[in-house]
Amino acid sequence: MTTTHEAPISTDAPDSLAARTSEGAQQLTSRDVVAAAEGLRELGAVLRVTESEGLKAELEQAPDDETMIINMGPQHPSTHGVLRLMLELRGETVVRCKPIIGYLHTGMERTGEELTYLQGPTNVTRMDYAAPLFTELAFSLTVEKLLEIEVPDRAVWIRMLMTEMNRISSHLLFMATNGMDLGAVSMMLYGWREREEALRFLQEVTGLRMNHNYIRPGGVAADLPDGWRDSVLRLLDMLPERLAQYDTLLNQQPIWRNRLQGIGVITAEECLALGVTGPLLRSTGYDWDLRRDMPYLAFDEVEFEVIVGAYGDCYDRYAIRLAEIHESMKIVRQCLEKMPKGDYRIQDKKVTPPPRARIDESMEALIHHFKIFTEGFKVPEGEAYVSIESPRGELGCYIVSDGSSKPYRMHVRAPSFVNLQTLPHLMHGGLLADGVAIISSVDPILGEVDR
Amino acid sequence: MTDEAAEVGGEETADEREVAPETLFGMLLTRSHDQLVIHPSRADYPALLEALHDAGYHSVIDLTGVDYLTHPGRSGVPASVTTERFEVVVSMINHRDRSRLRMRIQIPESDPVLASAWMLYPGTEAMERETFDMFGISFDGHPDLTRILMPEDWIGHPLRKDYDVGRIPVQFKGAPENR
Repeated sequence: MTTTHEAPISTDAPDSLAARTSEGAQQLTSRDVVAAAEGLRELGAVLRVTESEGLKAELEQAPDDETMIINMGPQHPSTHGVLRLMLELRGETVVRCKPIIGYLHTGMERTGEELTYLQGPTNVTRMDYAAPLFTELAFSLTVEKLLEIEVPDRAVWIRMLMTEMNRISSHLLFMATNGMDLGAVSMMLYGWREREEALRFLQEVTGLRMNHNYIRPGGVAADLPDGWRDSVLRLLDMLPERLAQYDTLLNQQPIWRNRLQGIGVITAEECLALGVTGPLLRSTGYDWDLRRDMPYLAFDEVEFEVIVGAYGDCYDRYAIRLAEIHESMKIVRQCLEKMPKGDYRIQDKKVTPPPRARIDESMEALIHHFKIFTEGFKVPEGEAYVSIESPRGELGCYIVSDGSSKPYRMHVRAPSFVNLQTLPHLMHGGLLADGVAIISSVDPILGEVDR
Repeated sequence: MTDEAAEVGGEETADEREVAPETLFGMLLTRSHDQLVIHPSRADYPALLEALHDAGYHSVIDLTGVDYLTHPGRSGVPASVTTERFEVVVSMINHRDRSRLRMRIQIPESDPVLASAWMLYPGTEAMERETFDMFGISFDGHPDLTRILMPEDWIGHPLRKDYDVGRIPVQFKGAPENR
């Protein structure tokens, strides 16, 4: 049934180098012991219909003595955290690849079962640390679906404004790291500089640069502060000029284009089969964005374009993210215009703690406040899955409630976790040096992969 | 969300639902907050996947498990379905109809095995491995069913409800004594 097999490395002596570095059954093993199906996966075969692909795989099974299995990561700077890859190389060409993950696993789904629904966002926000507001949003929307409550309009638009700002900062971070991975180190500094400006706005509103715990079931934690419009406008005025600089620095530079164009190609069929979403899927020309196709919040009331590529290569994925910054700025501008007045959280006493001022004058408010923060609010029995479009793809949250104040099961469908499965396919047949470009273009956040 | 529910499944299944409103693709259908949930048995699962693939559900978006050990009387399961300790929850998406479908498959504790969807949906590879790692549910036909998040030599499956949350003692330098 299971296709586990013995690792070929001798682990007899417990303190031998081989024993200490062995990954056991997770190891990329040599071809003569690897099962056929597993070998196909490591080669990156996705669609199992064509005979030609099977033939191709068979041909490549042939000479084993010309290849070498090497290890990349988990401390390699280009693996965006603690991703480890085992690669089989023939010369400089990657034949097989196996991503090994789990180095950052801290059992966040288990932790989520121990925290109340009000505490939940503090936990999930630490998953995708480059786009923390999105995980909070997915969690909150799922809880609200189970509670069957509708948040006020202002909360909806604040959530849109904040998540689009977060999308900008996340894509700017991608610009920086992608540049760094490919040797355009000055790009790293520029991307980081602009991201800092975006984070400054997030800090102004939420109090924190990252891990905001701002979007909560029932609304958001606090109203937008005075002068938020000026801060947004300052950012919107600054960014176009800076993005034009990126265009000059990168798009018009032949080295940059040559390192990305035609590298790591994937087709739409392969993406769908692998469950891939986000910029990876759109780079293949597949026109799919949850914000437009299955709108949540008020995305059906704003105008924006879904950016698609054509070739499904690293350059498309880079260009899509750059263009998506422009689209997010469009949405932010519309949020500025349409931001309604009203409450920033639902005035449902079962879910929302009383205002601070009431606590000083009312005993009941104090008790109410205490109960909500110690015991939490109860969520009716049931299960729901809600998904949103994060900068990396479809971010979903599945919650089972048993009627208590803590989730019975809380699962996050992390886009990076699924998207990482494309690596063996994207890397296959490419050069080792392009592998760095490919990992970078998938843009995995390992906190979200390992959870 | 109700629009989404109405246009699910294309013409063929819309007809089916008019005759027997309780089923979709021949499986018992329930609604959970306007989301469509079907309840196939373990034996139905492989054939159902092929039917869903033909009907346009080209992506398995999510696959995970739930352990109902301490909450056996769960909601949302039709009375005719025998509930078991484990459930495997599979979320699928139909891009053409812009609709979603969720499966809840009951997995008994005595024999926690399910057929792997890997041949048809290669994207379930990592998700099935994660479910195996966290719940100890095996997937028959999976190419490489090893632990994915936990260390290779880990004992137990951490998201099972009878798994003790362990604590590793931490030594603080100069920590005050207990009073």
